[in-house]
Amino acid sequence: MPRNENLKKVLVIGSGPIVIGQAAEFDYAGTQACKSLREEGVEVVLVNSNPATIMTDEDVADRVYIEPLTVPVVQRIIEREKPDGILGTLGGQTGLNLTVELEEAGALDDVEVMGTKTESIRKAEDRELFASFMEEIGEPISYGIAVTTIEDAENAAEEIGYPVVVRPAYTLGGTGGGVANNIEELHEIVDSGLAASLVGQVLIEKSLLGWKEIEYEVMRDSAGNVITVCNMENFDPMGVHTGDSIVVAPSQTLTDKDYQRLRTAALHIIDGLKIEGGCNVQFAYRPGREVGEQLGEGSRYDDDGPMYYVIEVNPRVSRSSALASKATGYPIARVAAKVALGLRLDEISNVVTGKTRAAFEPALDYCVAKIPRWPFDKFGSGDRSLGTQMKATGEVMAIDRSFEAALMKAVRSLEDGKRSLRWEDPEWRDRELSDAELAGDDLRLWKLAFKLRTGTSPEDLTLKTGIDVWFTRVLARIVGMERKLRESEYLSSELLRGAKRLGLSDEDIAEFADVGLAERVREMRRELGIVPVYKMVDTCAGEFEALTPYFYSTYEEENEAEPIGVDSALVIGSGPIRIGQGIEFDYCSVHAAWALQNEGIRAVMINSNPETVSTDFDTSDRLYFEPLDDESVRDIIDNEMGVGATPSNGAVPPNIVVQFGGQTAINLSQSLNAAGMQDMVLGSDPDVIDNATDRGRFELMAATNGLPLPPGGTATNTVTALALAENLGYPLLVRPSYVLGGRAMEIVDGPRELERYFDRALKAVPGQTILIDRYFQGIEVEVDAVCDGEDVLIPGVMQHIERAGVHSGDSFAVYPAIWLTGEEVETIVDYTRRIGQMLNVRGLMNIQYVITGGGTYRSNAADPGRTQSEVRESETYIIEVNPRSSRTIPFISKVTGIPMIRIATQVMLGKRLRDLEWGTGLMPRRDLVAVKAPVFSMSKLTSVDTFLGPEMKSTGEVMGIDRSYVPAVTKALIASSHSINPGDSVLLSIADSAKPDASGLIRILGDNGHPIYATSGTARFVRSLGYEVTEVERLLSATGSNVVTVINDGTVQAVVNVPTGGRDAEQDGFYIRRAAVERRIPCFTSIDTARCAVEAAYALQTAGDANGGLSVMTLSEYVNG
Amino acid sequence: MEVMVSSESRGPALLALSDGSVFRGCRLGARADRVGLVVFNTSMTGYEEMLTDPSYGGQILVPTYPLIGNYGINLKDAQSKQIQVKGFVVRDDCDAPSHPHSEMTIHEYLEMNGIPGVSGVDTRAITRRIRSAGVMMGAIVPGDDETTATAALQAAQWYGDQNWVDEVATEDEFEWHGDGTDGTRPATELLIRSQRAGTVTEDNTRDRPLRIAVIDFGVKWNILRNMMARNCVVRVFPCDVTAAEVKAFNPDGIVLSPGPGDPAVLDVPVETIRELSDLDGDGRNSIPTLGICLGHQLIARALGADTFMLHFGHRGGNQPVQDLRTGRVYVTAQNHGYAVDPNKLPDRTGVSVTHINLNDNTVAGLADQPHGIMAIQFHPEASPGPHDSEMIFDQFVASIRQGSSTR
Repeated sequence: MPRNENLKKVLVIGSGPIVIGQAAEFDYAGTQACKSLREEGVEVVLVNSNPATIMTDEDVADRVYIEPLTVPVVQRIIEREKPDGILGTLGGQTGLNLTVELEEAGALDDVEVMGTKTESIRKAEDRELFASFMEEIGEPISYGIAVTTIEDAENAAEEIGYPVVVRPAYTLGGTGGGVANNIEELHEIVDSGLAASLVGQVLIEKSLLGWKEIEYEVMRDSAGNVITVCNMENFDPMGVHTGDSIVVAPSQTLTDKDYQRLRTAALHIIDGLKIEGGCNVQFAYRPGREVGEQLGEGSRYDDDGPMYYVIEVNPRVSRSSALASKATGYPIARVAAKVALGLRLDEISNVVTGKTRAAFEPALDYCVAKIPRWPFDKFGSGDRSLGTQMKATGEVMAIDRSFEAALMKAVRSLEDGKRSLRWEDPEWRDRELSDAELAGDDLRLWKLAFKLRTGTSPEDLTLKTGIDVWFTRVLARIVGMERKLRESEYLSSELLRGAKRLGLSDEDIAEFADVGLAERVREMRRELGIVPVYKMVDTCAGEFEALTPYFYSTYEEENEAEPIGVDSALVIGSGPIRIGQGIEFDYCSVHAAWALQNEGIRAVMINSNPETVSTDFDTSDRLYFEPLDDESVRDIIDNEMGVGATPSNGAVPPNIVVQFGGQTAINLSQSLNAAGMQDMVLGSDPDVIDNATDRGRFELMAATNGLPLPPGGTATNTVTALALAENLGYPLLVRPSYVLGGRAMEIVDGPRELERYFDRALKAVPGQTILIDRYFQGIEVEVDAVCDGEDVLIPGVMQHIERAGVHSGDSFAVYPAIWLTGEEVETIVDYTRRIGQMLNVRGLMNIQYVITGGGTYRSNAADPGRTQSEVRESETYIIEVNPRSSRTIPFISKVTGIPMIRIATQVMLGKRLRDLEWGTGLMPRRDLVAVKAPVFSMSKLTSVDTFLGPEMKSTGEVMGIDRSYVPAVTKALIASSHSINPGDSVLLSIADSAKPDASGLIRILGDNGHPIYATSGTARFVRSLGYEVTEVERLLSATGSNVVTVINDGTVQAVVNVPTGGRDAEQDGFYIRRAAVERRIPCFTSIDTARCAVEAAYALQTAGDANGGLSVMTLSEYVNG
Repeated sequence: MEVMVSSESRGPALLALSDGSVFRGCRLGARADRVGLVVFNTSMTGYEEMLTDPSYGGQILVPTYPLIGNYGINLKDAQSKQIQVKGFVVRDDCDAPSHPHSEMTIHEYLEMNGIPGVSGVDTRAITRRIRSAGVMMGAIVPGDDETTATAALQAAQWYGDQNWVDEVATEDEFEWHGDGTDGTRPATELLIRSQRAGTVTEDNTRDRPLRIAVIDFGVKWNILRNMMARNCVVRVFPCDVTAAEVKAFNPDGIVLSPGPGDPAVLDVPVETIRELSDLDGDGRNSIPTLGICLGHQLIARALGADTFMLHFGHRGGNQPVQDLRTGRVYVTAQNHGYAVDPNKLPDRTGVSVTHINLNDNTVAGLADQPHGIMAIQFHPEASPGPHDSEMIFDQFVASIRQGSSTR
């Protein structure tokens, strides 16, 4: 079937902000799809609310809308663009749901739904339709009953028998689901499940805990041709969400009969569903011998009954399909887009081999391990247990020729400080780890290794955890090697090679074999010729010659990656998506590769994240899928120089780009420095980073150059700290000197809190240095700039809505800085230039300032650009300087039209800003206002406190853009689910210190007739302002309604809860915030955000405008219009 | 925690290729020397089925998937009564398998069958070498001295010049009553799938059982199981059976099995096929025939076509085959080193190429409609491999039933 020629213009729906369960994989899929459609001559219109994506670049799609993903907005885009088709199956669950909603709203009457049809989507997504469909085609699903009330849930559970699994219909990443062992747990899970489901429906089904979990990624074209791209086996058996499981591809413990049984079932299902494109099918499969015996009748391999149950069908590309694409080299999204145009699989070429067709199944001659990246390094108090609700923010993947080595490389890729499998919680040594502690949590892998080290057998672990014995033996083999290294008298060549083949790092080996530093092991390896070779991911296990330069390392014989040669540069990527280092940095890495190519330099990408565009096979000239640590990066550098070559014997050292991969890449530059490789780093010298981040050095330089920093100092004990604090005056910003990215940073209001902070900090790390700075309440301003050592280019100045103190990543940021006076902007520009010169920055830098004087919140949503008469003596202080790319680079590049990464790359290669086309200094402002708003995933993370402070908590971002501030911020509020509607009832609970600041907010609420609910103190304050208020009991123990019940029963539609500073989290405040999150209503912990949201609801000039005062335009219309 | 017997403890072994390259690793399986044609297979599962597939007679098999033996050996998935390969070369063998049906390790199985192997070698390097230079002879020897291997290679006869069918096929005819696996889950599943296709009914008694004669050049048991699941009585004949002997069984249909080696060395079966299919007649006396793999090639020869040796063959479970009559693509299991030359197909009415391999456009299926012949180069019996083309058996059975009802 040739492609459908009626489809000349296609609307592609993106997946919106990054949240847990829906991350960068959809930028990867969407970008690939857009490219694929354009290859076929289709004009692509794209809509996504997330500016930090490659897909929203104007060279990826023809017409880009960065607008909220809502039915009215997309409807207007459809009216405006009149697309022939719409493609929603590449935008995750968001895209899928939006497509269904648009169709139901009648918006698609003249638009063809491309790919899988909505009828099929409903069959796969609606639990009841799904169950009856499966029954019809004879595929077993575990017995389940769809319910919409708690009573029905009780009856269903009674009928099926505990334990039961609760799954909400139509959600993201399994939100709200769980396993209930009894009626109490059932109540809790069904409550949140019903709230999480877009249709208020959950399914109660038989628990298959302990069965194997196997996934198939399959494709079907409109002619009915079906193929399997990849199957995957979860290391963690059923019970842990696959997004939270360690996953291996291909399956390891299935015979061909097992494998084909499931493959046939998967294809049977997608054929029945008439999928057109990619699809993911998840199965529960009979467990191994040991676990089957333990679970008993019905679970043993040879017992009667189904061998498998179909657990879930996702009729779209997914996180798993991104993983499958990277694991096999088969570009699922690219092919799915072409299938959606009507092409058959045999009509689509396999771009990897250039010879074969898309109608084939990849063969792997290696093993792939994926490990999720969880946010518990940020959320120490969060509930770490893993279940059916996904909690990971990202993932890493590693490839090798054995599972041991792939797993060990994946562990090294996690970058969460644990580094290696040898990490142990010191507490584990002091007590027996109970079996319950071996149940799924983010530390399970390390706990298992620990147990093996202390004498538990792999078979025993299998019985305790349900993890197949094949996997526990893999761990035992690694631990066995550790022991061999420890026990051997000297490190023989044979032993070293054996350890490397099992994936132990140089650091591991150095420690176990007691040979000193990792560097010593590295030297030994070089002397003995024990170096990794690089093999190609080619989709066909070597059967055909492949064109894609996609490599992984392994300790074997033949190397397939000859040095790429001169005029090349390594781009260090940013690793797994985590809070604080998100998709923005992948955006930067991708643009760095493209910019290098533009300059005639071949880009070599190194990254470990399978979800991203940077690890797509055609983003760079060569891709190494490897951990971003010292060892791997230096091995790659060595390989690129040629085996045995060093700069001293004439080899050409590769150039290395470290500015774009976030903190990961910056950290690496420090070790490259230590290894004497600093000359290879393009742009700013590695010591620029030291100068910017070393407190003492920076202070000295700033003072010499007359640049103001908030007054401060350092202390290593409480006595000094208190004395220093006395001098500085409260409030203070305190943080450990070595921690970056806002971790463990706090604002303290008085000596008591300071003491408490020190007690905790010194208990955690005795003797550490704590930085103490005066904390200024003021407007926070952020600047990204390119500097060539002399001139700077500033695309624009951004200001935050929230006062300094809320992490910049969690703040609403506005371009341009509408609250600032011209003089203030001039000061910022001047300081930025001087900082760049002072540090000798060559490339990017990001600077945060605070402007004091004139209050913290200047606007009442008025026109942008007005100067404030009440601004008196304002002072500008430098808070932080980072000589690298930042989270705001995609945002500022898009809204100003200034390609920051390209310019920075040109500068790093030696060009001068004044010789480039863009000019220097502050760029003229565009006739638009853009607001970047944070998006949180708190509903997925139970027990995590949502209040905003100096530690970043958001997982993603959206952008609202329009001609003026009010509509722009309104869009940002809508897209980030922060908006307040006129008439909404609001619950207020505000700390005493913040009450004066809250009066403005309360007045607007009261004057506009919002019913106000408040806790006693706040209620008194509201009354004192002359407004009516309903007082709500603060104590949860109180009979009748209290702060939590008014949230749960829907009495209030928004919450403003400003806790007292510091970590003295009042318990009830915590419950208020959690309740709001579970109920999915906005919960503001900053007065500024709340005020902004309420003001926006009234400032919008909607009279006589059917569109509610909001424009809908392409990005380029805003920027160039 | 002594679950693992280190493969190193078995001592060294090596594989020498006729191009002079040597791959050193650890001994796997029996301590023996063996020479064979070195071939690679890209399937990620199904090593037990591959080892016991008679079509690997005379060959040293190199799976491209690196981790072999993970789920052990169960003896239930075997495709014949013994290991058929000459040798086995892997990146890694698992000495502590995990599967409810596992009875022994891959090492133990090879040892039990007296078949040598090498473990721990860079199998991708071997694959790439074969991919560029084509298949070549190789020798496995225990120890680390390659001179014995080189000597053995020099003395060895070229794979293609030998009749491997004689070595692997049955000498006596017999009726297939199953190998004890009927009634098991896989057998039930075969039945369910043929019910889904409408070939048999649930009670399986609507039609009288068909009589199928299988000529064995190296048959896989799953072919026999597939016929049995479709309500057939199956009798297996040796490869040198005469047409008269087959006709004496009064078959409704004939299956020409797969097998090893060059079809050009097999002249007797070609004559038998000509006679059974009545190729010189108008087809009224033809017995419906299904040729699989070598059986397909022999049919091509009987029709007057030639076969040729492929550069490195097709071996794997991911080979896309297109049915030219419908445009549909099926992912198939394949295992062959020779193919039918489409340029030398005779210009006979009713003879056509029905399937092609999409990777290289080689012939993957033929039909001679007037003479009731279906011939396919791929393996509908899977084992290992995808079930996608299992409907070939359904089509074959349906065509017999249709023919007999109109006859």
